Amino acid sequence: MADSPDPETIAAATNPTWERVLLARHPKRPHSADYISRVFTGFSELHGDRFFGDDAAVMGGFAFLDARPVMVIGQEKGRDTKQKLHRNFGMPKPEGYRKALRLMRLAEKFQRPIVTFLDTVGAYPGIDAEERGQAEAIANNLREMSRLGVPVVTVVIGEGGSGGALGLGIANRVYMLENAYYSVISPESCAAIIYRDSGRAAEAAQALRLTAQDLERLQLIDGIIEEPAEGAQTDPNRAAEFVKETIQRAVAELAPLTSKELIDDRYNKFRRMGNFFAEGQGA
Amino acid sequence: MAWFTRDKPAVKRGDGEKRVRTEGLWLKCERCGQIVWRKALEDNFQVCPKCGHHGRLDARTRLAMLFDEGKFEEFDQGLASTDPLAFVDSKKYSDRLAASQAATQLRDAIISGGGKLNGRRVYVCAMELKFVGGSMGTVVGEVITRAIERSIQHTVPLIIVSASGGARMQEGAISLMQMAKISAALMRLDEARIPYISVLTDPTTGGVTASFAMLGDLNVAEPGAQIGFAGPRVIEQTIRQKLPAGFQTSEFLLQHGFLDALVKRADLKNYLSKALDFFLLPAEQNAGQDSQKNRVTRAS
Repeated sequence: MADSPDPETIAAATNPTWERVLLARHPKRPHSADYISRVFTGFSELHGDRFFGDDAAVMGGFAFLDARPVMVIGQEKGRDTKQKLHRNFGMPKPEGYRKALRLMRLAEKFQRPIVTFLDTVGAYPGIDAEERGQAEAIANNLREMSRLGVPVVTVVIGEGGSGGALGLGIANRVYMLENAYYSVISPESCAAIIYRDSGRAAEAAQALRLTAQDLERLQLIDGIIEEPAEGAQTDPNRAAEFVKETIQRAVAELAPLTSKELIDDRYNKFRRMGNFFAEGQGA
Repeated sequence: MAWFTRDKPAVKRGDGEKRVRTEGLWLKCERCGQIVWRKALEDNFQVCPKCGHHGRLDARTRLAMLFDEGKFEEFDQGLASTDPLAFVDSKKYSDRLAASQAATQLRDAIISGGGKLNGRRVYVCAMELKFVGGSMGTVVGEVITRAIERSIQHTVPLIIVSASGGARMQEGAISLMQMAKISAALMRLDEARIPYISVLTDPTTGGVTASFAMLGDLNVAEPGAQIGFAGPRVIEQTIRQKLPAGFQTSEFLLQHGFLDALVKRADLKNYLSKALDFFLLPAEQNAGQDSQKNRVTRAS
C-alpha cells in the first residue's frame, strides 16, 4: 500500500481521517516491540500456545513496570522485510490468540496485571488459520479475558483491525494513541463492499468513524494518549513516555481492586457499549 | 404479401403481463436443480424434499418450528438502531434500515423468543439474514445480551440460531464492541452453569462466528452451511489461489474439530431437547434410580 503513495497523499490532504490511518500505518511508527523495550524493563519473551506452535505475530512475556511485575502482550508487525515475513505482518493466527490467553492465565495465577498492545490490520485470513479455528480462538479470548481476576490495560498503538485486534482487547482500561484507529473492518475491505472499489478506502475510513477521537465520542474507549509532534514516529522515546505514564496511572488505579471488582468493572464497561437504540413498541 | 389476413384485431395483452404467472408456485432447488413445489418446500422448512439441501429459513419460521405448537412470547422487539454514525454509502444506512424493516416486519436482524421446547421452558434467539445481511449492530448486541441476562435471572437455558454476515459495518466500532459485550455476558451465563447451545446455519461468518456462535456449551450446525471467520474472497486475495472445494462448510468445521455435531433441520428440535435433558435432568433423581436398579440387580 505504501508503494503507491500518490493517490493516498492526495486523499490525505483533504481527509484528516485518512491522514490518521496513514500515520497509524507509517513505516517508521513504533511497534509493540518498541514500546515494550521502552516502557518496561527486563522483558523476557515467552513462546508457544502448547497446542500447535508459536505465532510470532503475537509477542508476549513477563516484564517489569518500574518495580511491578506485569505480563505484556502485543501484536507485532516487524520492521524490515525479513522480520515482517517472520511476524506475518502482525496478522495473528489462532495459536497467537491461544498463546496470549495462556500467558494471561499465567499472569492471573500469580496475580500480575496484564498490559496488551493492539496493532494489527486484522487476524490472518488464510486457509490454515480457518482450519485451526481463527473464529473460535478469538471468541474464546473475548469470553475468557472477561473473567480475568487481574487488572488488564490495553493500548491501541497503531491499527486496531477488527476482531483480530479485539481478541487481545477486553480490558478494564482501553486507550488509543492519538493517531491510532480502531475499526470493525479495514477501510479497504469496507470500500470493496460498499463502493465495489477498494481504492476508495479513504472515503470508507471517514464513514466508519474509526479515529481515536470518534471512539472517545462514542464512549468506546477510556482515553486518548497524546503523540509527540507530527506523530509517534517522529519521537518514539517521547511517545513511549506518554504511553508509560498512562499505563502506570491505570495500573495504580486498578491495583487495589479485588478480583471480583475487576471482573465486574470490566463487565460493566463493555455492557454499556453501544446504547444507540430506541425502545419502541415493536414492529 | 401474406397468405392470411386478420379480420379481427389481435387479442390485446395487459400492460406488462406477457405470460401466465407461474413463478412463485414452483422453485428450483439450488443444489439438485430439481423443480420443487413451493408449498412442499415450506412444509419441509425449506429443506429440499428431493435432495435434502438445507435452504435458508427466516427467523420467525425458525422459532415457530422450535417452540411447541409454534407459540412463543417475543422480547425486546421494539429496539431499533438510531444510526449513531449517520453512515452513508451508496444508500443512507437509515434508508437501508427502513427498507429492511418494511421487508421483514422486524426492527432489526433478530427475534428473541421465550416458550416451551418439548415442554421445557427455553429462550431462543434467531437471526434474520434478510435484515441487512443478518449483521450484528447495537440492537442485535443488546437483544442477545438481554436474552443472556434473562436466562441467568430466570435460570432458563438459551439457544441462539445464527445466520449472519458478521458485525454490521454501518455501525462501525460499536458493532465490533457488541462481540465483546455478548461474550462477556456469556461468561456470566457460563459461571451460572446455565446451558447455552449455539446453532450455526447458512451462512455464519465474521464477527458472529468469532464471538457467540463459537461459544456454546454445544456448537452444532446444519449440514452444508457456510461457516467461517474471513470471507472466501478475502482469503483468495491473501493467498492468491482458489480455495479447495468444501472449505468453510459445516462439514469442514466438524472435520477440524470446531463443531460438536451436524444436525439436520428435521431433527433439530429433538436434538436440542435431548441435549438439554443431558444438561438439566436432576442428577440426584438419576443417581437414585441407578442405585435402586443396582439394589434390585443385587437382590436377584
